[in-house]
Amino acid sequence: MTDAPWFRPAVTILAAFGAMMSLAAGMTLVERKVSAFIQERHGPNRVGPFGLLQPLADLIKFVFKEELAPDRANPLLFLLAPALACLPAMATFAALPFGFLDGKPMVVANLDVGVLYVLAVGSLGVYGIILGGWASNNKYSLLGGLRASAQMVSYEISLVLSLVSVIAVSGSLNLSEIVLAQDQRWNVLVQPVAALVFLVTMFAETNRHPFDFAECEPELVGGFHTEYSGMRFALFFLGEYIAMVVMSGFMAVLFFGGCDVPFLAIAATPWWAGALAMVVKMGFFLLLYVWVRWTLPRFRYDQLMYLGWRVLLPLSLANLAVTGVVLALDRQGAAQ
Amino acid sequence: MERAAPSPGLLQPGQREIELDVRTQDVEINMGPQHPSTHGVLRVLIRADGEIVTAAQSHLGYLHRCAEKIGENVDWLQYLPYTDRYDYLAAMNNNLGYSLAVEKLLGIEVPPRGQYLRTLIVELNRIASHLIAFGTYGLDIGAFTPFFYAFRERELLLDIFEKICGARLTYSFIRPGGVFNDAPPGWLQHVEDFCRQFEKKWPEYWDLLVENKIFIERTANVGIIPRDLAIAWGCTGPMLRGSGVDWDLRRDQPYLVYDRLEFKVITGVGYRGTVGDCFDRNYVRMLEMVESLKMVRQCLDQMPEGEVSHPDVGLIIRPAPGEAYVGIENPRGELGHYVVSDGSKIARRVRVRAPSFCNLSLVEHIMPGTMLADAVAIIGATDIVIGETDR
Amino acid sequence: MLAEYAPLLAWLVLVMAFVGGLLALTAWIGRARPAPGKAETYECGMQPMGDARGRFSVHYYLVAVLFILFDVEALFLVLWALRARELGMSGLIEVGLFLAVLAVGWLHIWRRGGLEWDR
Repeated sequence: MTDAPWFRPAVTILAAFGAMMSLAAGMTLVERKVSAFIQERHGPNRVGPFGLLQPLADLIKFVFKEELAPDRANPLLFLLAPALACLPAMATFAALPFGFLDGKPMVVANLDVGVLYVLAVGSLGVYGIILGGWASNNKYSLLGGLRASAQMVSYEISLVLSLVSVIAVSGSLNLSEIVLAQDQRWNVLVQPVAALVFLVTMFAETNRHPFDFAECEPELVGGFHTEYSGMRFALFFLGEYIAMVVMSGFMAVLFFGGCDVPFLAIAATPWWAGALAMVVKMGFFLLLYVWVRWTLPRFRYDQLMYLGWRVLLPLSLANLAVTGVVLALDRQGAAQ
Repeated sequence: MERAAPSPGLLQPGQREIELDVRTQDVEINMGPQHPSTHGVLRVLIRADGEIVTAAQSHLGYLHRCAEKIGENVDWLQYLPYTDRYDYLAAMNNNLGYSLAVEKLLGIEVPPRGQYLRTLIVELNRIASHLIAFGTYGLDIGAFTPFFYAFRERELLLDIFEKICGARLTYSFIRPGGVFNDAPPGWLQHVEDFCRQFEKKWPEYWDLLVENKIFIERTANVGIIPRDLAIAWGCTGPMLRGSGVDWDLRRDQPYLVYDRLEFKVITGVGYRGTVGDCFDRNYVRMLEMVESLKMVRQCLDQMPEGEVSHPDVGLIIRPAPGEAYVGIENPRGELGHYVVSDGSKIARRVRVRAPSFCNLSLVEHIMPGTMLADAVAIIGATDIVIGETDR
Repeated sequence: MLAEYAPLLAWLVLVMAFVGGLLALTAWIGRARPAPGKAETYECGMQPMGDARGRFSVHYYLVAVLFILFDVEALFLVLWALRARELGMSGLIEVGLFLAVLAVGWLHIWRRGGLEWDR
């Protein structure tokens, strides 16, 4: 049976699904535990040992909750929006390589256009937020949705441009090949500016603090999810956490060598060590998300736009220009 | 609500080229009464053009409890618990303001130990109140954690208050004639321990929030109240001093033992922006905590022995006919009590000048032209307590 | 090549089934006790004033237009980046010209106030 051609993809899909759900569910717990640690509280500690079963308890609670929809909301879009916010993030997870087994990448879909796939599908998440905001027919929700979409598209550009530099260095759009190209030297050493831009934009792209303008409870109460309750609210939440997981994984793959263990060739690394290295790297950035959220104040909306359009955009463009010049000179040097 | 259609090719003042021929609507947003950032049940009706506030109007009265009218219907002393409830974050100060007014009518002097205890506990209460102001302001700006730190230290203060009077929020401890009881054994030592602890924590707050780059960006040069405007609208307290006006009733019209204590009056200096911006108001509160701590230390050092209450003041008070006004420096500004007696055991009139109310009146006038998020920053920097504005 | 997309399809079906299943599950066993107050739009405890179907500030729209402009640019750059080494100096000059045109456009937008949020 293990020789069947469908065997490995099937196992990979199940493993990836389990990894995604446990990472996202774990993140909800980690967020609450770490914030409690930062704020000198205990955090959830009633359900299971150290509150470890809290995500499960939350899920059960959400399933049993009544789902409210305002009379004046658009019922179809109101129902679809949470799914639309959640699905793109889940879909992009399929492109993340977690290591190499028998010389083949451990990934659901080893796409040749992996980078473009993640960018294109990941950006669809904004639809869920703006449709949710609009369909609620609530002014706070609408403002939250508009803010979120304006913010996500603004930062998308810097995100793509910082990736273009990485693509130029790696010469491939395939995420597994980008990992392999970093066997000797992680991209963060070659492209520190791009890594910095990516770090900032990944906070903005996932609508996380200090860029969480979609929610922004001091002004907009709950932002785009003001009217949402029960499982629909939970799906927005889940979508945000999975997007964080994907972005952290993306960061690890593109700039920090993915499954590469330092000072060890990828080919010589056992598959479990590679996967562990990948998860550790993702964990670092996931913790960074949480740490930043509970430490910093929030930007104002216009400051966010200035940062995106006036700082990050020219910075990533300049970085790209420098990268291009270096690559071209490199080529000339090689030719002579 | 809809704007007049601009004639093509002609730019209105303040209008940009890209907006020609595009008609948009302003949106009216209720902020409050049930809103995370209005510090209670304040309702601010905001009209916004996208992100920019074009008009704002505050609506009050959601927490109106007829405090002043009750004052005309209960005994002089029975009114004391009602004073706890207007600025519930600084109930000691409210007790003091009312007690001083009644004492002025009675023409009595509180024994020195009573005076010092009052000063001590009022300053501790000021620290507790400013801690909340600081913590919730962080919350308004989007920083969650300082809020918890502020409450952690406030908890120590509440324990101290609980030890001396049994209550944690509404104390009724300072009353006409003195204070309810002397400090229990070891209480003064407890206060000293708090001082030592707070001294170590305060710089953390400063580094964590006040010097934070994002916090400065959000508050500096936002909601500027020029000096003249602050005076014209009757602002008091940190709101007035934030605009650079050097006025503090504790120094300029000393009551209790403030003339025997050494302290600085903190005024806004435009530490990171312009004088009178939201940053300065928060800055004044932060530094006032340090000054209050100094005063607490001095009170502890100078604390005399003896009685804490005037022996002639019983449960039933019958002041001679007359009127009195006493204003004291509350954490939020000048709290004035105007009391009229007709010689009976019930006041003829009790009038309260609530600092939050006067400070709030200015807010809707500085909001237009700012961003939505600034509106929150401005309300937060005003540090209102709705119990006080509505009474 | 295309075989790589088969597991992706399976994955998409799986996550869609998961999300749809969750929504269906909660619609099935979640209790519903409708009440007029619950169905009202939240507006901080006030009766809702108007609805959220007006014409909104043009700023948001402007950002969307700028996004399309620059995102298409980024896509063109991806093609160059893939072969940046091989294209060498000539490719660099061409893409440099392309970038310069865009940079001028970006400066133009800035000068005309397209990036201003408060006037």
